[in-house]
Amino acid sequence: MSEYTVVVLAGGLSHERDISLRSGRRVAQALRDQGLEVVESDVNAGLIELLTSLDNPVAFPVLHGGVGEDGGLQQTLELLGIPYVGSPAPAARRSFNKAIAGPLVARAGLTVPRSAVLPHDMFRELGARHLVHALAEKIGFPMMIKPVRSGSALGASRVDTAADIPQAMVAAFAYGDVNIVEEFIEGTEVTVAVVEFTGEPPTALPAVQIEPYSGVYDYTARYTAGETRFIAPAAIPDEVAAACADVAIQAHQILGLRDLSRADIIIRGGTPVFIEANSAPGMTETSLVPLAAQAGGCDFGELCAKLVATARAR
Amino acid sequence: MSEIERQRQDTRLDRYLDFYAERTNGLQVSAVRALFSVANRPEVVSLAGGMPNIADLPRAAYGEAVSKLIRDHGIQAMQYGSGQGEPFIREKICEVMAEEGIHAHADDIVISCGSQQALDLVTRVFCDPGDIVLAEAPSYVGALGTFNAYQCQVVHVEMDDDGISPTALRQAIHTLRAAGKRIKFLYTIPNFQNPTGVTQSLARREELIAVAREEQLLIIEDNPYGLLTLDAEPMPALRAMDEDVVVYLGSFSKTFAPGFRIGWVLAPHAVREKLVLTQEAATLCPPVFSQFAIATYLDEFDWRGQIGVFRDMYRARRDAMLAGLAEHMPEGSTWTHPLGGFFVWLTLPPGLDAQAMLPRAVSARVAYVPGTAFYADGMGSRNMRLSFCFPTPERIIEGTRRLGEVLKAEQAMHATFGLADTDSPRGTLQLGPAPDIL
Repeated sequence: MSEYTVVVLAGGLSHERDISLRSGRRVAQALRDQGLEVVESDVNAGLIELLTSLDNPVAFPVLHGGVGEDGGLQQTLELLGIPYVGSPAPAARRSFNKAIAGPLVARAGLTVPRSAVLPHDMFRELGARHLVHALAEKIGFPMMIKPVRSGSALGASRVDTAADIPQAMVAAFAYGDVNIVEEFIEGTEVTVAVVEFTGEPPTALPAVQIEPYSGVYDYTARYTAGETRFIAPAAIPDEVAAACADVAIQAHQILGLRDLSRADIIIRGGTPVFIEANSAPGMTETSLVPLAAQAGGCDFGELCAKLVATARAR
Repeated sequence: MSEIERQRQDTRLDRYLDFYAERTNGLQVSAVRALFSVANRPEVVSLAGGMPNIADLPRAAYGEAVSKLIRDHGIQAMQYGSGQGEPFIREKICEVMAEEGIHAHADDIVISCGSQQALDLVTRVFCDPGDIVLAEAPSYVGALGTFNAYQCQVVHVEMDDDGISPTALRQAIHTLRAAGKRIKFLYTIPNFQNPTGVTQSLARREELIAVAREEQLLIIEDNPYGLLTLDAEPMPALRAMDEDVVVYLGSFSKTFAPGFRIGWVLAPHAVREKLVLTQEAATLCPPVFSQFAIATYLDEFDWRGQIGVFRDMYRARRDAMLAGLAEHMPEGSTWTHPLGGFFVWLTLPPGLDAQAMLPRAVSARVAYVPGTAFYADGMGSRNMRLSFCFPTPERIIEGTRRLGEVLKAEQAMHATFGLADTDSPRGTLQLGPAPDIL
């Protein structure tokens, strides 16, 4: 009988529920393979009763989007006094909102895309035509239009002409009330996971290079095996790899992230451009953190178990 | 070579990529499909899934009957059986089909794992890659999945309030044949069609049979909902009008329960022989225990009375949906008024795109299936299928209220950005025949 139980939290009500369930199953199995006692739970009306019924629960949230990444769940776990894996509520909130994370890391000197953040109300009240014109002027083409609070590339589109802006805006607003418009960064797409165990400084796992066959790393390319080529460690010069690792660690620290995070980066002309940070990165069969762990010579199950140990030691 | 280069993985995470059959092309994870995972949460009013509501079945009494079946006949019921299906259930199916005017012989029936597998068997028997299958515009998502799996090309034929148009059908046949295409059959759901809820009128059925005879066209009649008529007596099946040009697919999934996975094909003798051999190659035999269990139900319970109970329950839900739509849909929306079955087909005001606004709907805790799922050619962006079969009438009303809000918000968004009120075809949306969408 284990002296504690890991409660893997997955599902939720966000648009990424399906991915979260897949991530949760993978994490739960990896922890069981490490000999830990694990229960899996959705985030629903029965959760608090479950958590309070267990002796020494440790929560392992694997929720993408919604309450899992906006800090809501973390705040709840803190109120209940339950240790949990992952970033504290304010850090989760900061990193989930691209409109907050980007300027914060930019202020610390990291390179980020030129961007503008606009709520739907602004377009409605001031007239979309003028704002669309200004966006075209200031951001230029191609550009990316995304919801500020969403993951898995949901609602994100590349736009090449002003005429396509309205449709892309509407598609992104289907996921939330505020959109971010970024300059499109042409370059090598990589992701860098950062782990931080008890008493150790944050460490970057090897960068994973992403080459979607369709040319766009969209939802289908992310979660259909075979649709994307992954190179791990990334086939980039050592000094660029080191710069990417540095960006990921800096973003982790600036945003106040904890235990595990993942930074998405595009390398333009040898310079890493920070795109976004994830406080609850995907853990599915086609996700990047398990690949990065493997490239770093770290067993995925051992990684998950060390994260649990870190949470318990707090 | 450095240590890093030696250890470098270059992977697509699927070692079998070069081995898959061509027919698996397009079998991909889809963001739209993934949204249905949220629809299963109780907070969401799901008007998406076509799951029958079986809560009213006499479960306690039936449980006793099934226990007795295992005690008294378990040795046979849990053994392999005939590839064609057990004779006693085929006899019983003749009684069921007689309700819709079909006079059939038990020898001409082949049992299948739900009518979905019946459709698979029929397509496997008739279709080569590139063959044409004609289907209503729109048509059942599960059938499109099957036709796609056998690499058929689906050509949709327009329909109106009386069902598929015979004129358009004739024209499609002539055009395709003139272009050297091989048409294998017309796939049609005459009663309370999935997804539109439309029922073919009697005159339309007669015309359809006439076209089939004149044009040497085989009709695959899929009839899972026929007995769930809500306002009138069942219409005669196409198979009741002609036994040579129609292959008939039936199912117990909606009139009893889908979990047993028992459906059937009624086919002309020569076709039936091929279906039996194909069924044996596919499954050896359809589920024997399920056949015994369904035969027990048909023998010992008032199945006709139970269908009456289902009708009353679905009628209340259908009426709730129509009332909710009338109250909450914005101007410019139209919808069908089904006389039975499970579905209403909603047409949105011009310019709105049901697939694009699904995330907004899910955030508002209501779900539907975008119309594009029911077309093989990317059409249907302005449509959605709403199911009234599973939620209670109160939940249906609430669902239509939430949907109305979503539509109004989307209209406001379109107005803000000055998007044109024109519809544009999308890429095809292959949702696949998943249980929460059927």
